[in-house]
Amino acid sequence: MAEKILMKGNEAIAISAIRNGVDGYFGYPITPQSEVMETLMKEKPWETTGMVVLQAESELSSINMVYGGASCGKKVMTSSSSPGISLMCEGISYIAGAELPCVIVDVMRGGPGLGTIQPSQSDYSQAVKGGGHGDYHCIVIAPASAQDMYDFVDWGFELAFKYRNPVIILADGIIGQLMEKVELHPMKPRRTEEEVLRDAPWATLGKPAGRERNVITSLSLDANTQENFNRKLKAKYDDIRENEVKFSEYLTEDAEYLFVAFGCSSRICEAAVDILREEGIKAGLIRPITLFPFPEKEISRLAGQVKSIMSIELNLGQMVEDVRLAANGQCPVGFYGRQGGNIYTPEEIVEEFRKFNNLK
Amino acid sequence: MKEEIIIAGFGGQGVLSMGKILAYSAIMQDLEVTWMPSYGPEMRGGTANVCVIISDRKISSPIITKYDTAIILNQQSLDKFEDKVKPGGLLVYDPSGITRAPARKDITVCSIDAIEVAAEAGNPKVYNMAVLGAYLQMKSIVKMENVVKGLEKSIPARYADMIQKNREAIEKGKEKVKIISSVL
Repeated sequence: MAEKILMKGNEAIAISAIRNGVDGYFGYPITPQSEVMETLMKEKPWETTGMVVLQAESELSSINMVYGGASCGKKVMTSSSSPGISLMCEGISYIAGAELPCVIVDVMRGGPGLGTIQPSQSDYSQAVKGGGHGDYHCIVIAPASAQDMYDFVDWGFELAFKYRNPVIILADGIIGQLMEKVELHPMKPRRTEEEVLRDAPWATLGKPAGRERNVITSLSLDANTQENFNRKLKAKYDDIRENEVKFSEYLTEDAEYLFVAFGCSSRICEAAVDILREEGIKAGLIRPITLFPFPEKEISRLAGQVKSIMSIELNLGQMVEDVRLAANGQCPVGFYGRQGGNIYTPEEIVEEFRKFNNLK
Repeated sequence: MKEEIIIAGFGGQGVLSMGKILAYSAIMQDLEVTWMPSYGPEMRGGTANVCVIISDRKISSPIITKYDTAIILNQQSLDKFEDKVKPGGLLVYDPSGITRAPARKDITVCSIDAIEVAAEAGNPKVYNMAVLGAYLQMKSIVKMENVVKGLEKSIPARYADMIQKNREAIEKGKEKVKIISSVL
């Protein structure tokens, strides 16, 4: 049986990086995700797997170190929280433009600005819609437990390399800070140089005789070249939309009312569904696990089945826009959120549900 | 089985580590747990609290409003959490940090003079384990053998001598807990 360890979501990210053969982590401390680097520094993986762990002088440096490492076909990652991610957005756009794989962990806190250090989900739009400039998408995956934090690092790199695209693990202060049981999977060694060359033939690792040099760039001054490149990206994103959507459902089969929630909110909503079910109200929940690609087909299907949908988010209403697009007028779509680090309770969600649906 | 616990006191009293040891003990008993701290700008001398949920089923919300048990180590925490204990629930408190005794009549209230236990042991660090012992005496949701395993998992190997000291403090806490009023 696999070993079960009590750990924080943030610690799980660090331990998973070491155990899944990550080559390099570059970061800069910020609450509520500082335990990621603290754990890496405590574990000293450079002495065991050879993984590089480096505290850069700023978020700008860390993301550009990721850019450099990824250019060499290495499995590299960074982590930060909302204001730090804002600083990284230029780099993320360049990485998306250069079609490089990497994993970026965003343990969200409340904003805008420096905001608060308390949990929030107010960077859904930043992560899913862009953040940086240009027509690009990151693949965005949203963990809801410490086990997810552990598992999503490996899954994130798998997606990143499959599509040569940055992947954002969009967590929040609750998932980062809570401790839960985490089951450790067998260790994966870091890739050898030969394996890197095999998996990343595009990497800039020195030009052997007999092939053209590899070029990593996000710059193309010719309009047609850039347009063709953007169309190629579009085809890739369509491919991702077609093949990588992941979600989980809770009591949706006979549901008359639907909640949509991701990350920590999905767990609080699950408890709200239980309260409503006990009262005989047929509520259900869909949790998007991938935020880009968004489970629009499944939400569209459920919108045809239920009387109403509520999107529950720790923000002013961001994912609800995508829920409305998916529902496309088939049923009313409502929203309830808290901000600034305040967190709704299951009972509070039930109360708001009653108000929205005019139920006693 | 589901037990929802709030542990609250001053930063530095060992609130978070008490919760961690309890949570680890539950894992050793093959139960599900979540441990969710308040992680605001708290520091030594400020307030600190952690919510621990132990269940034999998968745990959904880590955020809750009512608790089966409140373990209270200072007055601010008593003011904040006394009302949030479910009727029929349990409140364990250390009277040395309290200026106003708990008033609830619909819950079981007990006290533990954990400072005395720590003073007798000559080690202030075991204070929180005396409190944990008091709680485990009232609700034996985890077996002592699993608590010891939880201690072994939580305490770094270089402090191995602390395992025995903590264990003794837990036993003392179990002995010294005083039931003030009971609805059990």
